[in-house]
Amino acid sequence: MTPLFQTGNGVRVRKGSPPGHIRTPFYVRGCKGVIERVAGEYRNPEELAFGRFDTPVVPLYRVRFQQQEVWPDYQGNPQDSLDVEIFEFWLEPANPEKT
Amino acid sequence: MERDFTSRSHHDMGGLEAGHVKPAEHDYEFWEKNVDAMLVLLTSMSPKLMSVDQLRKGIESLPPDAYEKMSYYERWIFSITQALQYNGVLATEELSRKLEEVQSRYETEEV
Repeated sequence: MTPLFQTGNGVRVRKGSPPGHIRTPFYVRGCKGVIERVAGEYRNPEELAFGRFDTPVVPLYRVRFQQQEVWPDYQGNPQDSLDVEIFEFWLEPANPEKT
Repeated sequence: MERDFTSRSHHDMGGLEAGHVKPAEHDYEFWEKNVDAMLVLLTSMSPKLMSVDQLRKGIESLPPDAYEKMSYYERWIFSITQALQYNGVLATEELSRKLEEVQSRYETEEV
C-alpha cells in the first residue's frame, strides 16, 4: 500500500469516536499536525483487537503536533511539540485541495 | 451518572489531571509474574492464541469503576480470560469447573 502522505505534509486527525479498540489518543483527534516521517506499514490494530489477524497492512506515520495546538492553555515554550504515531485511516489532508 | 459513549473512553486519559504519582519501586507477586509470562506465550505461539490488541481491547472494555478498582495484572487476567473464551481456547464450563476445583483446594489446604 503506497503511503498517501509524505514527510512535511500537513494533516488533520479525524474526529471520530467509534466503539471498539482505538489507537489514536482522544486528545489529538481534530488537531492539525505535520508528517514527521512515514513509520512503515502494519496490520490494523483496530481489527487485530477483534481477532482478525489477516487484514492488510496500512501505513503508519509519526505526526508532529505543536503543544499549543493540542492544549490551547499550554504554558510552556511555544516551540514545544509532541509526536504521536497514527495510522493513515485516521488522517486527512490539513488543507484539502478545492475541487 | 450520564455517560456519553461517543466521546472519550475511560482508559484514554491522556491530558487529564493525574494527581500525585508515587515514584516508588515495588515487587511483583508470583501470580503477577505468571500472568505476564502467560501473555507472552499466548501471543508468541504459532499460530498465536490471542493478540496483544485483544488484551488492550478487553482491558478497555472494563466499566470505569472496575477499571479503577482492579490492579494492573487483575485487568490483564480478566482480559486474557475473555480473549481465550472468545477465541475458543477455553470453554466456559471447563473454566467454571477448574475455578471451583481451585477454590475448594484453597479452602481445604492450610495456608
